[in-house]
Amino acid sequence: MAAVAEPAPLARPRIQLAHGGGGTLMQQLIDGELRRLYADPDQVLHDAARLSLPHGRLAFTTDSYVVHPLEFEGGDIGSLAVTGTANDLAMAGARPLVLSLGLILEEGLEIALLRRIVSSLVEAARDCGVSIVTGDTKVVERGKGDGAFLNTSGIGLLQVVDPIDPLAIVPGDQLLVSGDLGRHGVAILAARHGLDLQPPLASDCMPLWPAVEALLVAGVRLHCLRDLTRGGLASALQELAAPNALELQIEEDCLPVEETVRRTCELLGFDPLHLANEGRFLAVVPEADRERALALLAPAGGAWIGRVAAGPPRGRVLLRTPFGSERVLIPLSGELLPRIC
Amino acid sequence: MDGPVALTAEVAAVRELADELAAISRRPWTLMEVCGGQTHAIVRWGLDQLLPPGLRLIHGPGCPVCVTPAATIDAARALARRPEVILCSYGDMLRVPGGEAGGDLLGVRAEGGDVRLLTSPLEALALARRHPDRQVVFLAVGFETTAPATALLVRQAMASGVSNLSLLAAHVRVPPAMAAILTAEGNQVQGFLAAGHVCAVMGTTELEQLVDRHRVPVVVSGFEPLDLMRGLVACVRQLERGEARVANAYGRVVRQPGNPAARGLLESVFEPVDRPWRGFGTIPGGGLGLRAPFRGLEAGARFSDLPEAPAGAPEPAGVCISGAILQGRARPMDCPAFGATCTPEHPLGAPMVSSEGACAAYHRYGRRG
Repeated sequence: MAAVAEPAPLARPRIQLAHGGGGTLMQQLIDGELRRLYADPDQVLHDAARLSLPHGRLAFTTDSYVVHPLEFEGGDIGSLAVTGTANDLAMAGARPLVLSLGLILEEGLEIALLRRIVSSLVEAARDCGVSIVTGDTKVVERGKGDGAFLNTSGIGLLQVVDPIDPLAIVPGDQLLVSGDLGRHGVAILAARHGLDLQPPLASDCMPLWPAVEALLVAGVRLHCLRDLTRGGLASALQELAAPNALELQIEEDCLPVEETVRRTCELLGFDPLHLANEGRFLAVVPEADRERALALLAPAGGAWIGRVAAGPPRGRVLLRTPFGSERVLIPLSGELLPRIC
Repeated sequence: MDGPVALTAEVAAVRELADELAAISRRPWTLMEVCGGQTHAIVRWGLDQLLPPGLRLIHGPGCPVCVTPAATIDAARALARRPEVILCSYGDMLRVPGGEAGGDLLGVRAEGGDVRLLTSPLEALALARRHPDRQVVFLAVGFETTAPATALLVRQAMASGVSNLSLLAAHVRVPPAMAAILTAEGNQVQGFLAAGHVCAVMGTTELEQLVDRHRVPVVVSGFEPLDLMRGLVACVRQLERGEARVANAYGRVVRQPGNPAARGLLESVFEPVDRPWRGFGTIPGGGLGLRAPFRGLEAGARFSDLPEAPAGAPEPAGVCISGAILQGRARPMDCPAFGATCTPEHPLGAPMVSSEGACAAYHRYGRRG
């Protein structure tokens, strides 16, 4: 690599180690780029945020975000970091309130790119109705980070009395998804492998709390919720089937998958059910509440996909194909690698 | 979204063909679908559950990743460990265990080797241009489907005069493997569903020679449920009538002469050679080797100390029965390791790695016996 030297990092347009060093450059970075992240810009200089939270039970979660490339159709690592953590709170039945934000930036990251990420953090926080109240920034040497790693932790206010929990699922419950599957995974794959999808397919990254709140307001009893992130629907279903020895029976022709997603998966040898989603969830509800839940989810592309029955000791997910044959759905194992031919 | 109308029409057509298959099958038959993509679709859609009881499908060796010899993987691993080398190949090739302690290329990457994933061979040339101080080695595997793209790389590399690109070429040919299956002791295959994509490039001439010699029906088939059912009906119909010829049930893609441009490119760069197949041993004419003018691009010519892959090198010993599975003599669940010590996370044999591999298909779609 020595023969073709990279152009020397310019003083201004890229992150330097000194941006994390606690001195003048760091102050410039905070003032110039990061201060606008905070609900209360003056709080940025304190070591800890002081919170006044509504009375009630809280939910607390954390997640780290590592994505390559940092930007993709329909989002970037910033929108993921806010939306992902806010969505984890929503899956517990909690209204997201506040977030912390840890930024680990790699030396050489373009300031212009950082600015776009910060803008989408701000925008996503507004969309999710959360405030970023505390944060931290570190810079690592070139080659020791993938541009930027983000961590967010979030606190939300629980809006449910009965816990939303896999152990609350019982035979007879109905399974619904909040929208079509695999868009985020395909958007990332397209960006990573330079697939020029026409028309471009945008990530499904979006806040889930509004949909969950609508279900709660309508009185739908939510036995369990699960966002369909890493591992996709297949992993989520497996995780719910196992602890209660349940059989989740899925009707394959009811699974909403957009045509571009289906075709791209076919091309690369992937299954849409294994691909990550960043704005989709699975809802498990009692049969009596199914139609009410479906009426709320269907306008956004949601669908009924199957039912819960008693199963073998370790649980299983059974998929009925449109041809009337059956197969057991297992979670993805290993890394997703495109096939040869 | 899938239009419900289109889906319903396809479902109805598949069911109709299943009924037809039941109606025409008077005797039990054993057929082999050659291509791993077909195996995958059959298991994915549960098509074998729709067949009459006497009709048995055995899964063929049509998975390029699966049949690449362990010795070739070991050579690639040895090259990838060298600091000057960028070793690149297709995705699922990176997880195939070699012979040497079952290690794979991703393992070498974790140790610090520069191993990269390509989706097109021409990316190797771009890499070589971007890194003139490094040696780029492309582990080129695949059937007649991917060989034309490798041939294009070879031609462009020669034309551009890059000196830091070489090939570890392990391309293989399908018809000689079909012949090897038919002549193996204890063969049960009475008819083939041939791999549609291979025929899309090569046409059907080689298959006609195979049928002339071995008198079995060969039906060129596609990969969708409907394509596969059409192929099965066409094959069983021939068997019931005592016929043996090449039929094309994938006419929307395959023409008798194949794709002359792709075939011409392949034939200008490669020639048939004897080649060891993992699980089979050496198959006469089973591989594609670079023709004399291009041999300077072979990694063996570039790296004189590269260990020579011995012809018919012994396969890794142990419980894995991938050889028998690749030859259609056993099913994945006949293997004591299947789903127990052999999983997609820790594959013992290549058929558990590739999305074209029979073991991976059975595992992925929950067939556990």
